[in-house]
Amino acid sequence: MKIRDLCELAARNLRESLLRNFLTTLGIAVGVASLVAMLSLGIGLQQLAMRRLERTGLFDSVMVRPRQLGGPGGGARQRLGMDAEPQNIKPLDEDARQQIAKLPGVLEVYSPVRFNAEAELAPATGTAAAAPAAPAGSGGAGPGAAPAAGRRMTAISGLPNSDSTNDAFDGMQGRFFSSQQAQELILSNDLAQSLADEEKIQPAALIGRTLTLRFPQRQSRPAPPTDSTQASAQTQAAGDTSAENPMEMALGFTIIPVEKQFTIIGVIVSGQPGAGPGGFEGSGGYIPLGLAQQLNPIQGSDIRDVMGEAAAGSGGKRYANLTVRADGTSTVAAIEASIKQMGYQAFSLLDVTRNLQRIFAVFDMFLGIFGSLALAVASLGIINTLVMAILERRREIGVLKALGAADRDVRRLFFVEAAAMGFLGGLLGVVLGWGIGRVINFGTAFYLHRQGLPSENIWAVPWWLVLAAMGFSVLVSLAAGTYPASRAARLDPVEALRYE
Amino acid sequence: MPPTADGAAVRAVEVSRHYQMGGTLICAADGISLEIPRGEFLAILGASGSGKSTLLNLLAGLDRPTSGAIFAEGRDLAKMSGEELAHHRSHTIGMVFQAFHLLPRMTLEENVELPLRLAEVPRAERPARVAQALERVLLSARRGHRPTELSGGEQQRASIARALVNRPTILLADEPTGNLDSRTGEEILRLIEEIHRPGGGAAAVTVIVVTHERALAERYADRIVTMSDGRISNEEKRR
Repeated sequence: MKIRDLCELAARNLRESLLRNFLTTLGIAVGVASLVAMLSLGIGLQQLAMRRLERTGLFDSVMVRPRQLGGPGGGARQRLGMDAEPQNIKPLDEDARQQIAKLPGVLEVYSPVRFNAEAELAPATGTAAAAPAAPAGSGGAGPGAAPAAGRRMTAISGLPNSDSTNDAFDGMQGRFFSSQQAQELILSNDLAQSLADEEKIQPAALIGRTLTLRFPQRQSRPAPPTDSTQASAQTQAAGDTSAENPMEMALGFTIIPVEKQFTIIGVIVSGQPGAGPGGFEGSGGYIPLGLAQQLNPIQGSDIRDVMGEAAAGSGGKRYANLTVRADGTSTVAAIEASIKQMGYQAFSLLDVTRNLQRIFAVFDMFLGIFGSLALAVASLGIINTLVMAILERRREIGVLKALGAADRDVRRLFFVEAAAMGFLGGLLGVVLGWGIGRVINFGTAFYLHRQGLPSENIWAVPWWLVLAAMGFSVLVSLAAGTYPASRAARLDPVEALRYE
Repeated sequence: MPPTADGAAVRAVEVSRHYQMGGTLICAADGISLEIPRGEFLAILGASGSGKSTLLNLLAGLDRPTSGAIFAEGRDLAKMSGEELAHHRSHTIGMVFQAFHLLPRMTLEENVELPLRLAEVPRAERPARVAQALERVLLSARRGHRPTELSGGEQQRASIARALVNRPTILLADEPTGNLDSRTGEEILRLIEEIHRPGGGAAAVTVIVVTHERALAERYADRIVTMSDGRISNEEKRR
């Protein structure tokens, strides 16, 4: 018999015992709904966790370093002629940065900037205009000096534009930077609270005020002379006694104190934006990364960076490390592998997400098993319904065989009926499961709202789950139909025709 | 099906069918040999339990003999697979039952179409074939009715239409008049007789009818075979 005829006969048979078949189908629907509900919850929670993790900026970034720098101070030792430059080090220079930026899935590549500064809030009547960089005067304190009253030491980080999507800015008071060159600053919750307490105002009232930052800036010196005569001449010409410092001479730069004024444009309410694997370190304030790079402040990693530059000998810019921002967590692994192939050390927190995915996979599996229990019970309903159908349609099966139906036709007829119940049950179950999900989502949103928290979507029914649930439902139904179908196919037509 | 060398539509050779009923062995058919030439109208008479329905089921390929061989249109049914037997029943055999066995949930039209579905006849051909079969048994006007809405005679005519729709060469009828009054029974046998000898140059259909109504058998059959205790006890050539 052709499949269309089989389907028509099966549909007719299903219509005949409508109530019984509907109840059986409903049983399957409840089973599928339970499965969909459980798995949707697991998937929703996984997506929520991954979404939150991705928005921290920690998991879509790769930190890049040169493979070998000869250990701490290696560059300085080289510059001082203490040892030779290892030949196998691939420099992390501007060319490498541009090469990495061209990798598929890379959003941006930048050298992170994080430095310590002394912060002082200007009086409310003060202007927010930026002051030109100037050496610290009588009122300023050098980087090594103890901060005066009302001043505090804090860490300042540069943020790229891509960090504007970081979840730390979700409930931020104020706004993100207007440009990467703007002299604007966003306060962390801790620093804002501390400054506000001192002023006896709310943290939000700091927006629009001016914050003065004092920090050590690096200024390049000319390359060291090759002989003592030249060095002496240069020292005299410069008239700078500090330039005679042999260490500065060796490093190739001078450290000078700088004061800059920034307009406070935002206050982070909770959390902290952290880009890349180094992003766990909290900062008191955030300024645009472009501006931070221009300011050239002395950083923790700066000495090594500078030594790298000096070691290059070509005068080109070298980085101690770079942060690579990917367009999503899915591309991080490929980017990391490509960078390693290029000859650099690459590190990401992807393993953390992998572990999380593994945990959720196990969690989903257990949810799926519990969800499938209802479907297993429903499959017993299919067996029962079809066995009943054999008893009721015994003579009909005999007639079909007498008229030319093969065992295979009878078996397929019962399979089609089972599959139809499975398909309809699956369809109804998915709709029911989706409905349950909507209700739970609504309930969760309501509860979170009552708790003063932002609503979260903890429910997700992806298309693959809809298709998989329906497919699974049909498969389970077919498996349940195996016994009745083979029993019907084996019926002796002579016996069946005699059946009253 | 290729014709047999000897021209027999059906030939049974020493056919036995035994059933085990608890500790008792029932010999429903016991060493039956029978040859039915193509185009013959054969009536099998006998008391209840004489084995005539068993023989008919064996000839139809619904049952397999315990021993012996049955050749239908030259092919040994015992050597056919289940699929081949089903094909044989679908394309060579038409069956009519005492209890009509129309499917009550289907209309007459759908009942008659059923063998066409099983034989995988193209859909386009089916309506004409169904209409032709129903017209032949004078039930065109009742095509949309369900079996329960018809009289016994009409139901049996419908079952004959269903048996004929695949244009079988052998028509087997198991007590076709058993559930009908004598007048209607006669009408049915007359219809079977018309099918047997269609006229207009069409090939005669081989008909094997199981009945216990001797008078009707004598009126329409070419040959009468009488069975008792699973054996052929008498053979009577009428024409």
